[in-house]
Amino acid sequence: MCVAVPAEVLEIEGSIATIDYGGVKRKANIDFLEDVKVGDYVVVHVGFAIQKLDREDAQETLALWKKILDEE
Amino acid sequence: MADFKDRLLAEKIVENIKKLASGKKFRFCHICGTHEYSITRHGLRSMLPENVEVVAGPGCPVCITPAAELDKAIKLANEGVILATFGDVVRVPGSSSSLAEARANGALVKIVYGPADAVDLAKNHPDKDVVFFATGFETTAPTTASVILSEPPKNFSSLVVHRTIPPAMEFMVGVGEHRFDGFIAPGHVSTIIGTKPYELFPRTYQMPTVVAGFEPTDVLMSILMLIKQIRDKDYKVENEYTRLVTEEGNPKALAAMDRAFETVGDNWRGIGRIPDSALHIREEYSDYDANKKYDIDIGKVQELDPKCSCHLVIVGKLYPKDCTMFAKACTPQRPRGPCMVSNEGTCSIAYRYGRD
Ligand code: SF4
Repeated sequence: MCVAVPAEVLEIEGSIATIDYGGVKRKANIDFLEDVKVGDYVVVHVGFAIQKLDREDAQETLALWKKILDEE
Repeated sequence: MADFKDRLLAEKIVENIKKLASGKKFRFCHICGTHEYSITRHGLRSMLPENVEVVAGPGCPVCITPAAELDKAIKLANEGVILATFGDVVRVPGSSSSLAEARANGALVKIVYGPADAVDLAKNHPDKDVVFFATGFETTAPTTASVILSEPPKNFSSLVVHRTIPPAMEFMVGVGEHRFDGFIAPGHVSTIIGTKPYELFPRTYQMPTVVAGFEPTDVLMSILMLIKQIRDKDYKVENEYTRLVTEEGNPKALAAMDRAFETVGDNWRGIGRIPDSALHIREEYSDYDANKKYDIDIGKVQELDPKCSCHLVIVGKLYPKDCTMFAKACTPQRPRGPCMVSNEGTCSIAYRYGRD
């Protein structure tokens, strides 16, 4: 039950967004997030979006790791 | 898209771990069923050198839900309410039976995806009482808070058994002879609470703490970061999971949790009472508190089957394979203890994905 899954926001109507988990559409409450936009990736847990996924940060993290690992 | 599953990257991290850890023993503890899943599923324990051990703490919310609370839910279901809860809760044994058994005997037990679905059930069945049995840590607690604050119909209430992770980590620091060298802190809980609540661990206990994500490279990287902190004697909270976790967490979710719940000491199955580790519905919302709404008399509680060692498994003192019932009398089909039920339970994960 703790498994939170990232999904793309397709549509927003008030507090409720339609999201896409790689083909499966569902509704999720977005009240816990600020300015969610269509096209954002959010992590959804038991029907609530709990955080936005920062894709640029993900790339930066990997680049940083590779650097650390090469230095050691 | 970035690939945190990258095998080569994983091997490179392991190489670095081997180099840095050589000659010393390390024992790290994570507090998250999803970390245990990732570690076992991807065979990370066998990738790590022998001197680096990772053990599971009490990070499976369904496993630590006290038998007494399950008994209450079963009792309510038997008395005619619609009992709504998460799928992995229904087969967990209480003192003498489970919600699944109650359902087989005619009780109305409904599996819901989340608390909002339980509220919908109440709206669709105005002639019935609906009780949402709310288990889970800080990732789930705000969602229950949100529906309680949303003025749900009066035939809706919740039996709240939410628990919080930092007090359980503090408990683990004190598990006496069982020393740990650092914590891998749970990524999803941390999306809500942020990294600040962990600062206590390096500051007060010299325990390095790294918040980690769930891909194999996330977990391995967090282990490398812990070993580095120890090498440099520079104990701190580090965030490996920056793509999702911030220092502050999710302020709106935290505010909802704080409005709906107060923090109190309460029981964890197999552990006992941990101070300041439970969330109870505040007095103002007692109309939605099943504990106040119903007089639930449950009789004698048996916390665990006397032969089940979940109380040792969840604090990392015993691996599932060392329980005499593991994969024999106790299987996911016929679970004898709570750790064999949920996908986040250490015994169930060990049964399905690895016996290492
Ligand atoms: S294998 Fe079953 S009986 Fe043994 S500790 Fe795990 S859940 Fe309990």
